Amino acid sequence: MKVTLQNLTKIFPSRDKKAGSEVVAVNDFTFEIPDGKLIGLLGPSGCGKSTTLYMISGLQKPTSGRIFFGEDDVTELSTEHRGIGLVFQNYALYPHMTVKQNILFPLQNLKGKDKMTKEEMLERAIEAAKLVQIDELMDRKPSELSGGQQQRVAIARALVKMPRVLLLDEPLSNLDARLRLQTREEIRRIQKETGITTVFVTHDQEEAMSISDMIVVMKLGVVQQIGKPQEVYDDPKNLFVAKFLGTPPINVFNGQVKGGKLYIGQDAVLDVGDVADQEVAVGIRPEGFELAEDGAFACKLNNVEVMGRDVSIVSTNEASVNPVVRAIINADNKIDLTRAEVRFNLKPHKVFIFNKETEERIGFEVK
Amino acid sequence: MVDSKQQWKAWLYLSPAIAILLVFTVWPIFNTVRMSLLEGYSGLKAAAGMTFEFGLGNFQKVIEYRRFLQCLQNTALLCVLTVPVSTLLALLIAVALNSIKPLQKILQTIFFLPYVTNSIAIGMVFAAMFNIVGSFYGTENEIIVTAGIINNVIEFFGGKPVNWINYGSTYVANITVMVVYIVWNALPFKILVLLGGLQSINKQYYDAAKVDGTPRRRVFARITVPLLSPMLAYVIITGFIGGFKEYTSIVGIFGEQMGPPDDAGRLNTMVGFIYDALSTNSQGRASAAALILFGIILAVTLFNNNVIKKHTHY
Repeated sequence: MKVTLQNLTKIFPSRDKKAGSEVVAVNDFTFEIPDGKLIGLLGPSGCGKSTTLYMISGLQKPTSGRIFFGEDDVTELSTEHRGIGLVFQNYALYPHMTVKQNILFPLQNLKGKDKMTKEEMLERAIEAAKLVQIDELMDRKPSELSGGQQQRVAIARALVKMPRVLLLDEPLSNLDARLRLQTREEIRRIQKETGITTVFVTHDQEEAMSISDMIVVMKLGVVQQIGKPQEVYDDPKNLFVAKFLGTPPINVFNGQVKGGKLYIGQDAVLDVGDVADQEVAVGIRPEGFELAEDGAFACKLNNVEVMGRDVSIVSTNEASVNPVVRAIINADNKIDLTRAEVRFNLKPHKVFIFNKETEERIGFEVK
Repeated sequence: MVDSKQQWKAWLYLSPAIAILLVFTVWPIFNTVRMSLLEGYSGLKAAAGMTFEFGLGNFQKVIEYRRFLQCLQNTALLCVLTVPVSTLLALLIAVALNSIKPLQKILQTIFFLPYVTNSIAIGMVFAAMFNIVGSFYGTENEIIVTAGIINNVIEFFGGKPVNWINYGSTYVANITVMVVYIVWNALPFKILVLLGGLQSINKQYYDAAKVDGTPRRRVFARITVPLLSPMLAYVIITGFIGGFKEYTSIVGIFGEQMGPPDDAGRLNTMVGFIYDALSTNSQGRASAAALILFGIILAVTLFNNNVIKKHTHY
């Protein structure tokens, strides 16, 4: 099921009666979610990603704009008629019911021609439980399950009525680190197996990047960039997106363009073609550095962290916005730790420059 | 653990509380049992130096006493009638209060007011509402000053006025008045507890139910009531205990004669029976009756607990 969001806007009225203090949670969001894809809504807290999810679910009404499932306009349709499955952040499993009763619950609500017999319901519930591998736990209460198992039950409950769209609100945030890795693979697998268009919300960029077909990066209610994870990572539209994606995070410097060259401090680090002379913000991905004896970019060496395959060179530079500059290079490179200075050459496609005021990306020809 | 050298200090600090408990709780309980087992015990006679033999005579006397069975019947009847009605009403009102936004705080206060009002005073107001001033079965010469607000309302809708509590009123009418009054009096506390319970239910359960298109009645039966069951259990158990101790409400409406003028004591309860025995200096009989009441409350509470445990989800 293709889901189309058209100029979706949500304004929350202000709590106090003072005019003008209303909150624009989502501002003019337009996006077409392709059929059968896994979409990650990504952004820091308060960026409107959950509000967007709840508007798709129908639990919240948009202030303006329209939502389409396929060709149907569902904007005015109430939640229960949209055919969605929603997994809540805290799972919201009914604590007094067993796993089986929880999964059966949505089916028992079906009316009219959709009404099922007890046997059909049980069959469907077992099928859903098998899909998320909890069919052994059917008679337990939610309180007797681990966080990961509860998560699976919640997904099974959302899937059992075969929704047109599956929505997950921060699905991994309540799990520990190891379980998180495992569960995100699981979500990917379940989504692939069922082919249900799935939207999930997260503030963890790694989580979104690793399993999404497409990610939507949001900030303060405004969509910053939409695209495939790798494309967004390689080609960020603005400084916010560049900073938000990637671990370790991108290194940001104050720099300037003078005569077609990019300067960081006194070092002319890169040719940037026909970019006009101006003050800029420079973003360099940690993997964008190359060790070179006569490198163009000099930093004060702090220390080196060995991570096996790679090493992370931690250094400082006066022009750096972050406290340290972090460069990740292949462990084959031998670094002389006694030296006070380390010199790099930069990989042009890992360097982004941004307008100092608007923080919009300034493109340049890579020679 | 406190080591032994320090123990006397612990006892010292505890001693005021222990002393008070011993004098006002432990000794009375013990003394109640003692008095109930002394044949025909009376405080007055004991003060005059009389001694009493051990025996179960007090219990036998209590049970054989005609009024005792009447008291037991009244008490049980009031419990059985008022607890379910008041619990159900309180549940509905709490759910309604919880689902409205405007005026919620004001309505909460209004519903809670009876709780902080003296029950004798409320009883007198209720008595006035049901009371007939003047003669009900009067001849044409006699004047009915007022038939009471309730009868006025009944007459307004074309019904016949009922003799609720006056001379010649029926037992059914009396009990009806008591049920209305006790239910009304019991509501505020129950509403308060249930409303608190409702407000602590995670809203996400309702969102989840909404996504699944659960009809409202089913949400109530399958989600609200089960999640509220610990509160309901509490309200029902304390309701029964309170019901078995019913006394002041009847005094409030019927006065100390505990019944209409032509049949004093008709609405007497267990606690009333105990007070009556005390006022005639029959402490032995009063103690025996108190222990019987204790036994009944204990049995009912244990029974309630067992039934409720099967239907409660903590």
